[in-house]
Amino acid sequence: MFDHRHLLGIEHLSPMDIAAVLDRADTFATTPDSRAVRRDSLSGLTQINMFFENSTRTQASFEIAGKRLGADVMNMAMQASSIKKGETLIDTALTLNAMHPDLLVVRHPNSGAVALLAQKVNCAVINAGDGRHEHPTQALLDALTIRRRKGRLQRLTVAICGDIAHSRVARSNIMLLGKMENRVRLVGPKTLMPPGIEKFGVEVTDDMAAGLKDADVVMMLRLQRERMDGGFIPSEREYYHRFGLDAAKLAHAKPDAIVMHPGPMNRGVEIDGEIADDINRSVIQEQVEMGVAVRMAVLELLGEGRG
Amino acid sequence: MTQTLLHNARLIDPESGTDTLGALVIEDGRIAEILTENIKLSDFPAGKAIDCRGKCVAPGIVDIGVKICEPGERHKESFRSAGRAAVRGGATTIVIRPDTDPTIDTPEMVRFQIERAEDDAPVNVLPMAALTKGRAGREMTEIGFLTDAGAVAFTDCDAVVTDTKVLSRALTYAAGLGALVIGHPQEPVLSHGACMTSGQYASQLGLPAVSPLAERMGLERDLALVEATGVRWHADQITTAAALPALRRARAAGLPVTAGTSIHHLTLNEFDVADYRTFFKVKPPLRAEEDRLAILTALVDGEIDIVCSMHTPQDEESKRLPFEEAASGAVGLETLLPAALQLVHGGYLDLPELFAKLSLNPARLLGLDCGRLTPGAPADLILFDPDVPYVLDRWSLASKSKNTPYDLRRMQGRVLATWVGGTQVYAEERK
Repeated sequence: MFDHRHLLGIEHLSPMDIAAVLDRADTFATTPDSRAVRRDSLSGLTQINMFFENSTRTQASFEIAGKRLGADVMNMAMQASSIKKGETLIDTALTLNAMHPDLLVVRHPNSGAVALLAQKVNCAVINAGDGRHEHPTQALLDALTIRRRKGRLQRLTVAICGDIAHSRVARSNIMLLGKMENRVRLVGPKTLMPPGIEKFGVEVTDDMAAGLKDADVVMMLRLQRERMDGGFIPSEREYYHRFGLDAAKLAHAKPDAIVMHPGPMNRGVEIDGEIADDINRSVIQEQVEMGVAVRMAVLELLGEGRG
Repeated sequence: MTQTLLHNARLIDPESGTDTLGALVIEDGRIAEILTENIKLSDFPAGKAIDCRGKCVAPGIVDIGVKICEPGERHKESFRSAGRAAVRGGATTIVIRPDTDPTIDTPEMVRFQIERAEDDAPVNVLPMAALTKGRAGREMTEIGFLTDAGAVAFTDCDAVVTDTKVLSRALTYAAGLGALVIGHPQEPVLSHGACMTSGQYASQLGLPAVSPLAERMGLERDLALVEATGVRWHADQITTAAALPALRRARAAGLPVTAGTSIHHLTLNEFDVADYRTFFKVKPPLRAEEDRLAILTALVDGEIDIVCSMHTPQDEESKRLPFEEAASGAVGLETLLPAALQLVHGGYLDLPELFAKLSLNPARLLGLDCGRLTPGAPADLILFDPDVPYVLDRWSLASKSKNTPYDLRRMQGRVLATWVGGTQVYAEERK
């Protein structure tokens, strides 16, 4: 059962909801052959991707997911559109709503903007990332990757490392992993930790060795240089020295720990290139693959209610 | 010589701290007499004796820090609409902010405001002027000329002067003229771009946030300058527990300092923002519940002198935006009294104590003789029922802008009639 009209965040999902999405996604993930998973469950439905913020992989992933399910997919490049002419988000939403889309995939630079938009339209809205708030499909694809690799999504120790403060991926993952009863550690310099984060039921440290100790999963975050309005870290080289994932730091984790990264990576800043490419440890390419499967599952579950 | 009698009234006098049944005689725009017994109704012609039916008569509210959006944004609030909101809310004197567009920073602009108020507003309107030109924090305004034109205080509102040298000189100059300066205690660089108080909730919502300590830092700087210059200084809104020790020290040292807070910070907290409700976006941002309780205690203990509405009209357009982009501020003229009555119903204050914070203390700060039920004081009065319950409907407000955080909340207490200078300017419509 997945009884939701929109997917705005992990916050609103129960553990059963999460399992339902992952189970459905598993059916799409079992084969890499795209012809085998092609179906027409969204045939006749219109999916609009509205990205108010640049994105390559997420937008492509949603587009492929929609197309594999038979939806008519349209991408709107919001950067170039009427939003630049001073039209408000609400007006844009109402205009689009009048075209009767069935599924709206939205990314926006402001926290809460996707939820605001969802209040004004009749279709299903999927949050593809809003400000520093949530990025639910990323957390779901991470969960699917972990579950497939580790055989379970409970009682794992997951270290999330790096720029937590500016990361919507971190927030969604903290919530999802917490709901599924895992032990979550956050590792990073104090300047990149949001205030009050320790009240989220996580352990917080600024020591990679302690944070990675016996971890089953090491999740690296992108150091969001474009969001830094000045001086969160002294230099990239000091950051790499203290927080960049290399073989020595990874040695503190369990021998079979997997390494994840939501991409795009800054090699030599938060992650060593060799670790990123190590097919025995890194599941970064698999995350991208699971991204399509999870987005197909989400689109189909939300689209089913609209047949 | 015409007299009006308000009888069978609960007389709430903050100056004597009394709440007694009696009558009050208005003559020539002033309170002529307070009677508690032997009231001879026969002395008053029909229509000039008003039976208050046991409801409360109190001195009208003196609301410091009201924004009227003239000039510049008259579609949000005009002198006429703000005046109507004021009489309905029980404010008989409003002290208006200079953060209009353009800023009120010349004597001509102050005169314009006084003229507009005389034309359109049924209440006393006292303008404040900016402390620095354009509220830009670079050059001080003509504090002398502005005082002569009628400015009662000087403030840059939420545009905190960043350059401490500029502020120091402006305060020194103002002190020389005996002018009152109203500050917004906030460390301006730290709070830049923030729309929430930092903590677990802001982190969960992913909104830019400022530490509550930024208020204390701003306050400490400003109080040090008060100590250096001797200027008469009032903090517009103290909203955090961490700021209170600095305020206490300044008081103990005998500095000419007073402090206010807004009704929103007394009755709401950060969780009211819920899922990005922009009507709860105010400046400074709503605080944690521990801070709200600390401020409430400080108010009860007299460390905070004044409660104001921080009336800030914003139209639907500027609020129907993502939280970060939405405009700050809430209307409050009509909801100040009913929201403040929560403090009475909650047992924190009695009615005379509440009206000390709403009427008497702000009147004293400004050197006005209203704010009390004393023979000779202006007959700026309200008649209100402190108990009547209702659900607030924001579309029923008289303000042009309807951005109240109390929409659909259960409220208790309503103004029944308002007099300004002895003239009745409002009577609630009987249903």
